[in-house]
Amino acid sequence: MSLYEKGAVTGVGETKYLRGTDRTALSFQLEASLNAIRDAGLKPTDIDGLIPYGHGAVAEDFITNFGIKDLRFSATTPMGGASAVAAIQCALAVIDAGICKHVLISLGRTGYSGGRIGTRVQQMPQFRTIGEFEMPLGAIAPAQLYAPMARRHMELYGTTSRQLAEVAVTTRYHASLQSNATMKNPMTIEDHQSSRMISDPLRLLDCSLESDGGAAVVISAPDIARDLAKRPIMVMGVAEGHPDSPSAITQRPDLTTLGLAKAAPKAFAMAGITPGDIDVAEVYDCFTYIVMCQLEDLGFCKKGEGGGFVENGALGLNGRLPVNTHGGLLSQAHMAGMNHIVELARQLRGEAAAQVTDAEIGLVTGYGDMGDGSVAIMRRG
Amino acid sequence: MSDYEKLVPSPTADTQPYWTGLQEGRLCLQACADCGKVRHYPRPVCDSCYSMNVTWVEASGRGKVHSWTITHYAFHPGFKGELPYILVTVDLDEDVRMNAQVRGITQADLRVGLAVKIGYDKVKDDLTLPVFERVTS
Repeated sequence: MSLYEKGAVTGVGETKYLRGTDRTALSFQLEASLNAIRDAGLKPTDIDGLIPYGHGAVAEDFITNFGIKDLRFSATTPMGGASAVAAIQCALAVIDAGICKHVLISLGRTGYSGGRIGTRVQQMPQFRTIGEFEMPLGAIAPAQLYAPMARRHMELYGTTSRQLAEVAVTTRYHASLQSNATMKNPMTIEDHQSSRMISDPLRLLDCSLESDGGAAVVISAPDIARDLAKRPIMVMGVAEGHPDSPSAITQRPDLTTLGLAKAAPKAFAMAGITPGDIDVAEVYDCFTYIVMCQLEDLGFCKKGEGGGFVENGALGLNGRLPVNTHGGLLSQAHMAGMNHIVELARQLRGEAAAQVTDAEIGLVTGYGDMGDGSVAIMRRG
Repeated sequence: MSDYEKLVPSPTADTQPYWTGLQEGRLCLQACADCGKVRHYPRPVCDSCYSMNVTWVEASGRGKVHSWTITHYAFHPGFKGELPYILVTVDLDEDVRMNAQVRGITQADLRVGLAVKIGYDKVKDDLTLPVFERVTS
């Protein structure tokens, strides 16, 4: 029993990404969803499954706005930034079970114009524990909670801030090649090094954006996918992984290992490939360090070698592993990783703005809620 | 002290003895009343033997720095006045970890394995927070 090629990405959609809006998150989510549905050559009423990102639109909103008459499945995958890719696993399972034909995964947010991250985190139930024991001490936002992971990695393995800068600089360059990215000014390693410290060792340019907009993808049954508007992108492997001590990083036995380390071997085994087969990777980048750590947990290099792996432009379009070719959360927009799935599908279709030559197999990861991980491996169908 | 503007904990029946202990100048950790395993943060079930019988033990308050961060940005307005501040993650001798700000420890002192001991910072009448201090020989 495996989900190997039990579903395909058939449609992708985005709104214009912004830093400042008076629109609602709901309108962004519905606009992006309509764009994804049209991209697949489907009608909104063809959607029979919904996995919206948590804290946003609910099934009732889609039924009401799209006139869906026979919705057969609705769920959320509450894993923060790992939710979008985890939703792919959920979609494939319900498609394989014969419940749905077309599952819509979608996100809309006003992360810039609405509640900012320091406030949002305090209100999330999965952070009840740190809300009681860490936030009163002044450890409140993800930058502060993740910084000790990065510091531990630096102390154990000699990882440097300049190595983290490599991730930020390459990602910014990729954003500069996009029509739909919010941060396109050129960035150098020196720019990164002189950006203000947020929570040592994380500087401002190690941190992702807060953005307004929406993104969505349609996952369809493989037999139907081949007859839709665009070349299907087959899901070869998918898995989610939850770290030890998922609600308090402080208590995690190994601060430098994420939930993704549990998911990655399952996804690669399902896909029947190894990291060396990957042509392009869209890696959840809430912080530069988290990209580097995931590259280790995915098996592109050994634990502790991520700093060296990302050096010298290795993540660029012509580097050893092109990463975040759309500009990611660091420079395109923070769409909680939904934009990473959109970009991977475009890369494998051959229609990306910053196209990796002959990209046939790629992967996308999600990371969220203090360490949850998810990964999907896809190929051009 | 009535103008305290930082985030405050909302203790529950499962966690109150920890906070009461700090008020009394003691670091109390939850332990399984059946198998004895110490756990932190406090929670209803022992993940070793699944017992829900709990007891509380007074910890040594001594440990070693596991990691840290130095925060330069106020994610909550109540912390603006103390920027930058150091938060350390400490391996307690009881084999659990805890976070706290430091007193009398500077950035230059920080290293993995630095020996620290707990101190108590009464920030308002009904709230004492833990801090970590240097162990002086």
